[in-house]
Formats: sequence, structure tokens, C-alpha cells
Amino acid sequence: MAAKNQTRNKIGTWVGFIFILVWCLLPVVWIMSLSLKGPGETAAGSAQFLPKSPTLQNYRDILGIGTVTPGQENTHADFLDALRNSFGIAAIATFLAVIFATLAAYAIARLDFKGKRLVLSLALAIAMFPVVALVGPLFDLWRTLGLFNTWPGLIIPYMSFTLPLAIWTLSAFFREIPWEMEQAAQVDGATSWQAFRKVIVPLAAPGVFTAAILTFFFAWNEFVLAISLTSTTASRTVPAQLSFFVGPDPFNPPYGLLAAASVVVTVPIIIIVLLFQRKIVAGLTSGAVKG
Amino acid sequence: MAEIDMKNIVKKYGDGFPAVNDVSIDVQDGEFMILVGPSGCGKSTLLRMIVGLEDITSGEMVIGGKVVNDLAPRERNLAMVFQNYALYPHLTVYENIAFPLRLAKASDAEVDEKVRAAAATLELEEHLERKPGNLSGGQRQRVAMGRAIVREADAFLFDEPLSNLDAKLRGQMRTEIARLQKKLGITTVYVTHDQTEAMTLGHRVAVLKRGLLQQLATPRELYEQPGNLFVAGFIGSPPMNFLPATVEGTSVKLPFGSVEIPAEKAEKAAGKGLLIAGIRPEHFEDAAVKEGASGSASTFRAPVDVVEWLGNETYAYIPFEAPPEVEQQLRQLERDLDGEVLHTQLVVSLDGKSQIAEGEEAEIWVDGTQIHLFDPTTGENLTVDRERAGRIPEGAETVSAS
Repeated sequence: MAAKNQTRNKIGTWVGFIFILVWCLLPVVWIMSLSLKGPGETAAGSAQFLPKSPTLQNYRDILGIGTVTPGQENTHADFLDALRNSFGIAAIATFLAVIFATLAAYAIARLDFKGKRLVLSLALAIAMFPVVALVGPLFDLWRTLGLFNTWPGLIIPYMSFTLPLAIWTLSAFFREIPWEMEQAAQVDGATSWQAFRKVIVPLAAPGVFTAAILTFFFAWNEFVLAISLTSTTASRTVPAQLSFFVGPDPFNPPYGLLAAASVVVTVPIIIIVLLFQRKIVAGLTSGAVKG
Repeated sequence: MAEIDMKNIVKKYGDGFPAVNDVSIDVQDGEFMILVGPSGCGKSTLLRMIVGLEDITSGEMVIGGKVVNDLAPRERNLAMVFQNYALYPHLTVYENIAFPLRLAKASDAEVDEKVRAAAATLELEEHLERKPGNLSGGQRQRVAMGRAIVREADAFLFDEPLSNLDAKLRGQMRTEIARLQKKLGITTVYVTHDQTEAMTLGHRVAVLKRGLLQQLATPRELYEQPGNLFVAGFIGSPPMNFLPATVEGTSVKLPFGSVEIPAEKAEKAAGKGLLIAGIRPEHFEDAAVKEGASGSASTFRAPVDVVEWLGNETYAYIPFEAPPEVEQQLRQLERDLDGEVLHTQLVVSLDGKSQIAEGEEAEIWVDGTQIHLFDPTTGENLTVDRERAGRIPEGAETVSAS
């Protein structure tokens, strides 16, 4: 009886597992297959899943390697510019957001000050605020301040919108670290700053990495602000740039090209997740206190 | 090396409650001082004020001749072992021990030499490259001590360092700490709620209750001349027996019968009415075993309820009824000691040869010279020999202050 139940459980687990896998990964596989199809195949409205004659021409076009399809001569230059913008803006926004969030979260977790709840609720309110509602005012403001179509013009809003989440994540991590750690460091001769830098931050590393990844993803994937606050490839990021891939025929968007670009921008995200996955290990603090 | 002088230290929290109230303790250079008391007596707060993790409301903290009230912990040059060790989990054992040296910007050669010396003292050499998470409780405890001894601190502070270890390890580490302190000869303040640790480790012991210093004396003085009911009940295991008593001439009337006591003791307690007599379990004996005791003026007959034979000795339990005013006082005392009285009973420790059986009436001999008499209202020990009782501060004797 028990054995039968166990097998049934196992089968059920696997069915569920496969279902979720297909549900999540089918669109990704579809994009990858699409990126390998030539314009003839996508324009014909073909319904088959796998490409009939797989080609890497789309990748050649967007990355500018080898011979480029006629009519797509400028695509690769724009795409590579956008890729550079995306990297730069996302990296700087992440860096600044994590630094500010770490300091703010530490203060919130450790210090008792007036208006602590206010700071936290305000942060939450900002996180809930619809980004679209800010596009108009920001557009005007940035044009007046000369921030329109610049890197800082995107870095500042990205940082502001990711700070709340980063602060909440990090303050939760800081709260987990026993007070004694810091007190021990102070007794051992550390200043508050040294105790923070040498003991607290390393212990909060999983939290710092989590916050960094969340911030980076937001900045990397963001579209509304990227399309509204930029006008040229001087600061346009990849998601916005993709909407400018129109091709020679307005009625036939270059689906293959778009798919190839999507695959290319997804790769860094996957690499980052795989790299930092090991850093985001829970239980790093095990052994600090009696276990 | 330094002496620590606490002068009228007071710690009040935001709600005005004094966690530590006017405590003065002088710790001599090289002395092993124990702060002991039940939970909430302010002993840890006092220790944290020495090290600088807690502000001092009023009073003066003098370490090595310097007032340190306003100095940050790092400027006091003290080493502390925390109750939960507070090891840095992201650093190896080596780096944990080296941490204070690295902060002091010591050279790599110096760090290496000192860490290895400390590791050798604590037998941690083979674990130096491991992380604290992979160590056993006793090993972690030793790493925490290594971090304390590696730098030449003026004093060691221990905050209940053994409370997280199992009984066997606790005994071993206790000896280890005593040996280490003796070897290094460094001033040490050690907080514990365990009276065994207090008795075995300390040169002197400060007994605290609800923020008040009760008695500051050597373990022997505390045991033989407790200043009040609280100290008497706290020090010793099994604890001292408390019985209602009245003094008539040179004899004390106990619930089971009268016992002769020395004239000078009787004189101190004369005319005070109902008192509480405190007698340690080992000051009783089976009259059948004790030579020349049977039939003497210091024996009484009582029904034995339960007998626990341990081989070398026997514990016998004798229930008795206490008058309400004494019983109330004893209940209060038991609460102060973090315990709970189920019923009033006498615990006597008899020789292992004793043949007393459960349910029998036995003849028990009492050592009348060892009886203490306490005032039931204030808890003060009326028969204390103040010459040999260390320091008993004024005002400490009000037992049921709350």
C-alpha cells in the first residue's frame, strides 16, 4: 500500500514538474527557434515549431559579423550601442542602489530613530507607485535639467525605483545578524565603521547579492522609461532599441532579428544568475552563535 | 594588567527601573571575580558596563586608574567572551583569533606567531583553517577564548561562557578556564548564574539580587557566613534548609525538637521571637552512625519521607509544616532564586552507611555550631561573623523588597 502510494506520489511529482517546465520554458524555446529562422520563413506565417533550414544570419546581422543582409547594414551598430548602454546604465544603477540601500538598511535595522516607520512606509509607497505616471513629469524635468537622453537620466530613476526593494531585503538580512557580532568586533578594537565593513557586510553578502541582482534585472529589462527618456542610441537601452527594429517592409517586422536580439540580451542575465547563485547561499551565518 | 574599580554604579533603563543599583565592587589586579545571581539580577548589565557596551547612568568605572565611563569599548583594552561566542562565521578559526591583531595593524609575522601561540595554549592547532560553523560547541568556546587571549588585554570578561555546553564539557571547560587564568594571571570578571561555577572558579564572589549587591566575599566565606537568607539559599547544593525556629536560652526550638547552640549565637538572637534557622544538609547526621550522638541534646526524631542513596552519601527528605509568616517568606525567597517551592521539607545529607529507610522515624543529629539564625522580616543573618563574611553592604538584607 505504502509503496504504491509512493510510486503514485513520484509520478505525480514528475508530471507536475514537467508541466511547470514546459509552461515556463516553451516561450524561451520558441524565441530561440524563431531566431534561427530566415525572413522567408517568418514572413510566410509558417506555423511549424522548428526552423526548416536553420540559419545564423539573424545573429550575424545584429552583431555585425560576416556578410550582413541587405537593408540591415545599420542594425548591428545600433544594437551594439544599445547593449553598451544597457550594461553601463544597469551596472551603475545597481552599484549605487546597493551602496545606498546597504547604508540605509543598516541604519533601519540597528538604530532607533524618529521616523523610522515613515522611512520604511515611504520606501514601500515609492515601490508601489506606477512608473508610467511619472513618465510625463520626468520627461519635462529631464529636458529642463539637460538630463534627457543621457545615462544619468536613466540611472537616477532606476536607482530610485529599486532602492525600496533593496532596502527592505537588506534590512531583513541585517536584522538576522546577531547584535553580538558587532559588539564582539567593537570589544576586539574595531570602530563602528570597521565592525560594519569587516563583519556585518560580509555576513549580509547573500542579501547584498540578492538586492544587486534584483536591481540589475529591473534596470536591464525596463522599457517605459527607456523609450520615453531617450532619443538616440547615445543612451537608448536594448529593450527600447528593439522597438526600432522595423526592417524594410513595415508590414513584415523582422521577427527573426528581434528573436535573435532577445536571445542575446537574455544570455548575460543567465550568466549572472549562475554566477551569483553560489553566493546567495542561505545559512552563511550558521556557526556564528550556538547552533 | 589592571584593577577594575566600580564605584556606586547605577544603571537605569528608559522606564526608570534600576537594573543595577548602587553597586561598588573592587576587582584587584590579577583577581578572578565572579558576578553571580539569578536571572535579572543585573550581573550581565554590570559586565557590559565594564566593557562599554552599556552606558553607565551614574557612578564611576575605573580601570587601571583611569575613569572609563565615556570611553568606547575599543578604547578600554578589555577582552570579552560572549555567551553565544559571537565568532565571525565568514572567517576561519585562524582569522577569528587574529581579528583583534589585524585591527591593531600588527605585522603578518607577529599575527602568525601570536595566533599559533594562542592556538597551542587552547589545543586548536589542527582546526585553524576550519570555519566556526564546522566546530563543536567546546571548540567554538575555545576559539572565543583564543580571540580574547591573543591580544594583551588589561582584563578578561566572561558572560556566562559555559551555559551553552553540556554538563560534561562544562566541567572540563571550567577547569580549563581556571588553569588559563592562573597561567596568565590576568584580572578576570566572570558572570554566571551557576553557583558551582561561582564557588569553584572565583577568588571572590559578588552575589547580586535585583540589581543590589548582597555580599562580596570569598567562596568559603559565602558558604560559611552568608550575610542573609538570599545568599544562604543561593550558595550550596543541595541548598540550605530553612526552618521556623525560636530561641530559648541556649537551645533552638525547631519543628522536630530542640537543639543546643553555642551561647554567643543564642545571645545574638535572644528575644527576637520567631526566626528562620538555616542549616546545611551536611550538618545533619544519622544519630545511629555518628558516635556518641544518640540520645545527646542535639538530636531529634522525625519521620523520613523519601530516601535517596547515592553510595557515598544518602539524602533523606523530611516534610514539616511552617507557620504562615515563615512560609510566605520562604516562598518569596524561592521565587527570588528562580525556583518553586512545592512543599516545605528538610533535606538532610547522611553518611552512606546510614540504614534509615523510607517511612521510618529516624533519630537525626544536628551540628548546633553550624546553625544560622535569620530575621524573618529582613532576611538578615543574625548570627553572621562579620569578621569572616567579606563585605555585606547596608540595605542588602531587605529580602522581600518588592
